[in-house]
Amino acid sequence: MSQEGANKSRRRFLTGAVSVVGGAGAAAVAVPFLAYWNPSATTRAAGAPVEVDTSTLEPGQRVDTSWRGQPVWVIRRSEKAIENLNELEPQLRDPNSDVESQQPAYARNIHRSIDPEFLVVVPICTHLGCIPSFMPQPGSLSADWLGGFFCPCHGSRFDMAGRVYSGVPAPTNLPIPPYRMAEDGLIVIGEDEEAA
Amino acid sequence: MSDATTTKATGGLLGWVDARFPLTKMWNEHIAEYYAPKNFNFWYYFGSLALIVLVNQLLTGIWLTMNYNPSAEGAFASVEYIMRDVEWGWLIRYMHSTGASAFFVVVYLHMFRALMYGSYQKPRELIWIFGMIIYLLLMAEAFMGYLLPWGQMSFWGAQVIISLFGAIPGVGEQLALWIRGDYNISGVTLNRFFALHVVALPLALVGLVVFHILALHEVGSNNPDGVDIKKNKDASGKPKDGIPFHPYYTVKDTFGLGVFLIFFAAVVFFAPEMGGLFLEPPNFEPANPLQTPEHIAPVWYFTAFYSVLRAVPDKFGGVVLMGLAIFMLFLLPWIDRGKVRSIRYRGLGHKIALGLFAAAFVILSYLGLKAPSDIIVGLTVTLWAQIWTAVYFGFFVFLYVYTAFGFERTKPVPERVTD
Repeated sequence: MSQEGANKSRRRFLTGAVSVVGGAGAAAVAVPFLAYWNPSATTRAAGAPVEVDTSTLEPGQRVDTSWRGQPVWVIRRSEKAIENLNELEPQLRDPNSDVESQQPAYARNIHRSIDPEFLVVVPICTHLGCIPSFMPQPGSLSADWLGGFFCPCHGSRFDMAGRVYSGVPAPTNLPIPPYRMAEDGLIVIGEDEEAA
Repeated sequence: MSDATTTKATGGLLGWVDARFPLTKMWNEHIAEYYAPKNFNFWYYFGSLALIVLVNQLLTGIWLTMNYNPSAEGAFASVEYIMRDVEWGWLIRYMHSTGASAFFVVVYLHMFRALMYGSYQKPRELIWIFGMIIYLLLMAEAFMGYLLPWGQMSFWGAQVIISLFGAIPGVGEQLALWIRGDYNISGVTLNRFFALHVVALPLALVGLVVFHILALHEVGSNNPDGVDIKKNKDASGKPKDGIPFHPYYTVKDTFGLGVFLIFFAAVVFFAPEMGGLFLEPPNFEPANPLQTPEHIAPVWYFTAFYSVLRAVPDKFGGVVLMGLAIFMLFLLPWIDRGKVRSIRYRGLGHKIALGLFAAAFVILSYLGLKAPSDIIVGLTVTLWAQIWTAVYFGFFVFLYVYTAFGFERTKPVPERVTD
């Protein structure tokens, strides 16, 4: 471009102004294009709470459901299984559920549940997303196994509260979804326990 | 270009077109008067073959789209519909699925050729970078395409790969949610992968292939001797060791294509599943988000990187190392400080190193197909993967050391290409 007789400072100002305004415009237009990928209103609404009836569930049994397209297991733990939770602490990576993203506040306890008897858990391995096998019988995986979850994909192990063992690939405990205990043994998954 | 390009056809339809569009000029510049070294060998087939496979994928892909239904409810059934009810549907689909594996076969051989003859070295760094981006897009294209049949391995393979993004500290889980568009992989994810697989990525791929070839024709092709043929030109300005791409290499590549098609057709007709390597057995069951297949392994062309991922006991560490395994290749033109291009004139150490690197890639690919706890010759798959991951990365480290500090004892490079 010819520089002769040009008002260079005006040219620089115009170039700068067009760049700034154009850049801001491009950034603004990028927002809808990126946000378009977020879960839609329909997808979010599909996360409506689901109810699980646990009145007929015996200790050691499990009932499966799904919420937001993810599997959810409700497990009734035996007395022995609840006792065992105390013994495992030294073998676990996060025995006290310090990683906040993995459970609601009311499940931040040793049994990771509202009622120690009932575990409500999303059985998706926190390593690479496989579904672990539920192996509640002590000794079923190895002689010192106290029951829990074993992921066949890469060998991650979790205890009967979904707490991850140390030295396995999974970094965090199995997630606990928001849920509340209703009357008559109903558990409502997807609704938070009301603040007492 | 040479003076021949300026002499335009004067009459007829071609003359009419040439006055309005640079048809003859482009033909001459890229084909009839593109002088390529005369000593191309077997390894030089795979560039043109990759182009042919790309055309195969585009053509069969468009045809498959005509009957495919990108929804969680309909996808699996529509693929079976193509296989059973659509006339010749099975052939089109097997050409596409075999084409995906063939693409990686020819691309891996094409890349190994570049490693052997130093085709990534100055002044061909950009050709290499464009090629690496093509490879990266190809992996994304293959990964997204594999979700579309909505089988068990489609679903769980995607689950594993998308969870890799979840390993990024802080934003990981949000990022994975954004990619899926749902709390778990669902029809929403399937739909967007379909859009990317059939529109966005193919467009980008074709564009990059054009850049790749334009960059190649700008600097000129390398050759098995790594000699710069532009240094020796005859009186008319043509390289003495060059021959026009057409008819010499068009004929050679057509022959190569014939041989390739024999192998390709053999697979399409007699072993389209390739014993579970090209189409994995769990993918003949519809996707079930509530049940993991017993053993999840990606398709063979990803297993080397999957091995690297699994070699690290820490999730985020594994993801980083896997990313690095690919990223190191991008840096290759700057890691290799050597002045000699071709393996023919490089030091013995480099020949051994390159051999080990290729072995590491093949062995890691094999290990990635196995369960981590399997035992091979007394060691677990995980331990073997750790050893060969070290060899893989060792190649880059040692390459820099012996080229930057002058430990490599190279042979003299000839002035002209050898026969």
